[in-house]
Amino acid sequence: MSKISESKYKNFKADREKFPKMENGKPVIDLDSHKFTKIWQGPQHPGVTGNMSMEITLNGDEIVDAKTHVGYLHRGFEKLLERRKYIQGFTIVCRICVPEPDTNEYCYSAAVEELSGIEIPEKAKWIRTLNLEMSRIASFLMWIGGQAGSLGMGIIGQWTVSMRDFWLDLFEEISGGRIYHMYIIPGGVRKDLPKGFKDRARNLVTKTRKLLSDVERTFFNNSIIKSRLKGLGIITPEMVDEYGIVGPNARGSGKEYDVRQNTPYLKYNELDLNMLTATGGDAYTRAELRYQEMHQSLDLITQILDKIPEDGDIQAKIPNVINWKIPAGQTYIKAESTRGEHGFYVVSDGSKFPRRVFNRGASYTHAISVLEKLAVNTSISDLAGLMVSLHTCPPEIER
Amino acid sequence: MDKKNIKEIEKEMKLANKGLSEKEKTLFSDARPKTVRPLNKYLEKFLNWARAESLWILGFGTGCGAIELRPLMTARYDMFRYGIAPRPTPRQSCVFVIGGYASMKTIKRIVRSYEQMQGPKFVIALGSCTINGGMYYDSYNTINRIDHYIPVDIYIAGCMPRPESLIAGFDKLKEKIKANECDGMNKYVENFDWYKKNQKRVIKDWNMPDYNW
Amino acid sequence: MKQLLNRIKDKIEIEFLKQRDDLYFINVEEKHIIFLLSYLKEQEEFTHLSFLQAVDYNEYNMFQLTYMLYNYETKVNLGIKVIIDREKSEMTSIHKLWPHAWQFQRELHELYGINFPGSPRVNESFVLEGWEEIPPMRRDFDTKKYSEKTFYQRPGRYTKNPKDYMKEKLYKNFVEPPKIRRKDDE
Repeated sequence: MSKISESKYKNFKADREKFPKMENGKPVIDLDSHKFTKIWQGPQHPGVTGNMSMEITLNGDEIVDAKTHVGYLHRGFEKLLERRKYIQGFTIVCRICVPEPDTNEYCYSAAVEELSGIEIPEKAKWIRTLNLEMSRIASFLMWIGGQAGSLGMGIIGQWTVSMRDFWLDLFEEISGGRIYHMYIIPGGVRKDLPKGFKDRARNLVTKTRKLLSDVERTFFNNSIIKSRLKGLGIITPEMVDEYGIVGPNARGSGKEYDVRQNTPYLKYNELDLNMLTATGGDAYTRAELRYQEMHQSLDLITQILDKIPEDGDIQAKIPNVINWKIPAGQTYIKAESTRGEHGFYVVSDGSKFPRRVFNRGASYTHAISVLEKLAVNTSISDLAGLMVSLHTCPPEIER
Repeated sequence: MDKKNIKEIEKEMKLANKGLSEKEKTLFSDARPKTVRPLNKYLEKFLNWARAESLWILGFGTGCGAIELRPLMTARYDMFRYGIAPRPTPRQSCVFVIGGYASMKTIKRIVRSYEQMQGPKFVIALGSCTINGGMYYDSYNTINRIDHYIPVDIYIAGCMPRPESLIAGFDKLKEKIKANECDGMNKYVENFDWYKKNQKRVIKDWNMPDYNW
Repeated sequence: MKQLLNRIKDKIEIEFLKQRDDLYFINVEEKHIIFLLSYLKEQEEFTHLSFLQAVDYNEYNMFQLTYMLYNYETKVNLGIKVIIDREKSEMTSIHKLWPHAWQFQRELHELYGINFPGSPRVNESFVLEGWEEIPPMRRDFDTKKYSEKTFYQRPGRYTKNPKDYMKEKLYKNFVEPPKIRRKDDE
């Protein structure tokens, strides 16, 4: 704090009488007293990530109570999957999470393969790993644009979202779709990598590295960004278990939990990656951690491109998909998305249709319990920044 | 419709100022929406040209279609060069982009946002799920046809529609506006009771005024 | 892991199933569930609750609840399966062990109609608004029928049998071979 503000606020005492009284851990808010204002942020609001809303009670511009409302994107996926055959489910599962559909595809197909006992070929495993890492970097690029945009720095979004577009072009090359790929199917992947793909991908990695160094100079060294993000939304290490926090949010508080390393899937045990953690737990730490993870993803992509074998099968033999019956059983497959542990719990009863498919997204707790807790005592102008710094994604909450 | 009939219908309707004191009643309008007819043919032509070249869209990402609006807004596709800009509130915007499927909770907000928008207003619906339900045709929580609840000017098919097709859709909308074919607002007013009946059929807990502008 | 299962077996009756090296399932009776969960959380460091979900077995008139726990030290997932009665559909709340469990319980209350007495905000709406039918995730709720009844279908949507359609489209002059019964044919 500068000298002027110190002298000005030296004798300043917050008027705690204005604050609501606490009873049984809940604030008692009397709206008729005209001390508080109740407003809705969202669903029609530019500062909300996706289509969700916060019902907040304000005292001045300080939030005293917050409640998340979700369900604006509920499509009943789990009910629809009960009516679809296993192979028909693949068009549906990728639509659960819009910015990062590949994790869903991988988890669902890995669950189907495990239950039916299919082993996929080596090359398919490598391509799947590449695909997952590419979707991670694309999602991170969009996130950092949102984080800067929520604090009024629109230029970062202009740069990174257009860079993400070039990654989407690569996806289009291998799968034919920009957003939804439906590339990972049971037994492997749909198509081989096209000719010259590796060179183009390496080129793009270099380009993205260059962009990221620009982002570091403008975003992480900006004094306004620093002063607004530091100390915002602190997640303490005790909260991590209590609230089921995963991913970069947990790692920013010093918890060593990364699914890629704790329980390596696909080819992650053959790659060189180390656990990135930080202490501090505030929004700025999380932003820095995610920035490092972007570099880690780019590093992994170069490693994978070097290691992908040229020849080999990309698809294992699977039975006739129209009458495909999967033996009874249940399993839980998890993978690391940008937001953390992303899991699919699939229960089969031996028929053509799954009995139950449940998708556990990381935002499920981040956007409801955690956000409601962290939003209290912050300013309303920081709420959008806090929401983005938790990297909430509404479609995976309500499915 | 004669005057008596309208009054009878209004009695059944829930008005914005219902239950308020006489003093507060004047704060909210309870007039039915009216059809707007152009005053002058030549002036209207000029106005249509002006409207078509500055389309301000409402920043309400109602579904997954909103994800392709981001690339459209940023440097690569850059919709600002077509005179299209996102606006934060319904009061300032004239194009409503319905981004894909609308769940029951969202359709309620869509109706409210649409009614709050000032005329002339246009609607673009993205994705196959707004046309006939798409892959969510049997879902219990998404509507199948958006044009039964609000009037639609342009449909852009696909799942997701690419940014290029979005630009093509906006171009088509411009052509239609210039040719004076986008009359969705008047259509909504003329078939007001039909639209309300449809909306009330899916929105089970109707706890808002029937029209609120 | 085997030692852990033996330690639990000393205390209560369980059946276990190994799915993978890092995923085990335990079947346990309803009355032991709170004891088992608090034992695993406090003593065995299964501190992360991944999810709590239900599976509907309507033909056997029961719900199966699955609590998925994770241990950061041994890196093992443990799924605990409990069978509860479908008619009564009531379960003890675990919001005191994991504060975020109220979210899962609220979801189950709304989508399955399972009651968790004492759980905070369990009666609030989660994803549905003004729902009048039976809870939608129960298997006896027919979503297609409901959709046809409530929403307006655009005419022109029809379903083709993939077998006949492929035959008609690709092999127009195809002569049907004598029928051979295959194993996965119905």
